[in-house]
Amino acid sequence: MPLDWSPLWLSLHYAGLATVFAALLALPLAWLLAQRRFPGSELLDAAATLPFVLPPAVLVYYLLATLGRWNLTFSWHAAIGVSAVYTLPVLLHMMREGFEAVDYSFENSARVLGAGEWRTLWRVTLPLAWRGLFAAAVTGFVRAFADFGATAIVAGNARSDWLLLPVAAVALAGFYFVSRVRRGPVWA
Amino acid sequence: MIQVRLATGGVDVEFQAASGITALFGAAGAGKTLILDAIAGFVKPASGRIILDDAILFDGASRLNLPPRRRHCGYVASHWALFPHMSLHDNLLFPLAGFARRERHRRVKEMLDRFGLHDVAPRCPHEVSPPERMRATVSRALIAEPKLLLVDEPATGLDIASRAEWHKLLRQVRDETSVPVLLAARDPETCFELAGNMLLLDAGRILQSGPPRKVLDQPVSVEAARLLGIRNLFPAEIVALDPGRDTSRLRLENFELTGRYLPGRLRGDRVWLCVEPGQLLAVPHDGSKPSMNQVPVRLGRASEMPRGVRLEFACGIVAEVARRDFEPNRDNKEWLVEFPPHALRVLGCP
Repeated sequence: MPLDWSPLWLSLHYAGLATVFAALLALPLAWLLAQRRFPGSELLDAAATLPFVLPPAVLVYYLLATLGRWNLTFSWHAAIGVSAVYTLPVLLHMMREGFEAVDYSFENSARVLGAGEWRTLWRVTLPLAWRGLFAAAVTGFVRAFADFGATAIVAGNARSDWLLLPVAAVALAGFYFVSRVRRGPVWA
Repeated sequence: MIQVRLATGGVDVEFQAASGITALFGAAGAGKTLILDAIAGFVKPASGRIILDDAILFDGASRLNLPPRRRHCGYVASHWALFPHMSLHDNLLFPLAGFARRERHRRVKEMLDRFGLHDVAPRCPHEVSPPERMRATVSRALIAEPKLLLVDEPATGLDIASRAEWHKLLRQVRDETSVPVLLAARDPETCFELAGNMLLLDAGRILQSGPPRKVLDQPVSVEAARLLGIRNLFPAEIVALDPGRDTSRLRLENFELTGRYLPGRLRGDRVWLCVEPGQLLAVPHDGSKPSMNQVPVRLGRASEMPRGVRLEFACGIVAEVARRDFEPNRDNKEWLVEFPPHALRVLGCP
């Protein structure tokens, strides 16, 4: 039987998209939380951390309950959306740390040298923080790619033509296990 | 000309600074950097007013607070803060975003020439020597022609050679530009060598201001004297004053001293007596009766100094003597310390 690589490609594709969406949301939020103290900033931080604390099953249950209203369940969109929400806290925390690791005196120097906030961000903060931000994106991608719980619930083996890698791997392991049992115990 | 009145985070000061270098001097945590940051606009003071030339930078009453980019201040941070991902040339270009292309390049070239950075301009800050880094920082702060230069002197990382280089650089800025400089100095030497005026800060308050020489010679209080690193401060009482013979008599804890007449003081005044360690004379005590102004004391510790030996005596007296005078008496414990009358200085009330 030729090896079927499609779950891998599908998973890469899907985790990549989820990371991109999560990063689009996490990047400005992380910058805001790292740079500014405003009323409700701690609350925002806590709310964004919530998906991190909740068990994946609980999180996905609530997400599905919400998404179900729009009839998006068990679709590409739902799978990516759930995964993005699931990845967001990791991205947010790591990106915030990435921004906070930049010595504020560089940013202050830029400001006093006549740069506005945008220019400071583009010319100074981002180039100095990019390692941290990149590490955050990689970690987020890995989390989206490798998670089984959330993936299985949203995009479980509902349709045989798109099987994601974690689900496929577990299914394969199960199959292997069952086949061993059928053959009888090894010690017999 | 900058006029500052501000109160924030335990700092409450009011001062003016005109051309030349004005040094803010105080112990760590006295609020020097906070004052610079408030002027640059990084910190919003709770109240007060900051006026630079004819522009109001901050006014607490009318809630005016210009952002740093519109304050026209140059800022030299204590660890230089050259952008590490840009070459020195690009660092210098950074403040010139609003200028025409030709003007930008003309100014960068002029600054590179002036501070001798031409050869290292394409390199990144971590690839150049510390003196080049400090020159690049100062030139970056000056390139947009600020109306005021704020300098936070580095607390560490200045060895003797780079300290000389640093002083030379500040002197160059003072002499070649007309920009007033406000310097948060960590080292009294920098103040005395360069500053035309100094403000002595203690716990967010200005204790004293004036030309450095005058501040050093006439500290207004014992706190000011301690901040300046003056040793040998003793509480004393004036027990006799004789203007005719130009003498005075001071009673300290265990002994009495004769000094010059003290104008403006009364008998019975309690004052602080202050003597420079280098002006005290110390000789081994051979058991003879001490003469005038000689005090027998026991040696506590002798420490080697670059020039001479510092002797710390049991009752808190510190004297500095030449090494050749100390060596033959290295093991001697009993000493006579002489207070020459002309060396006695008297500071305010205890």
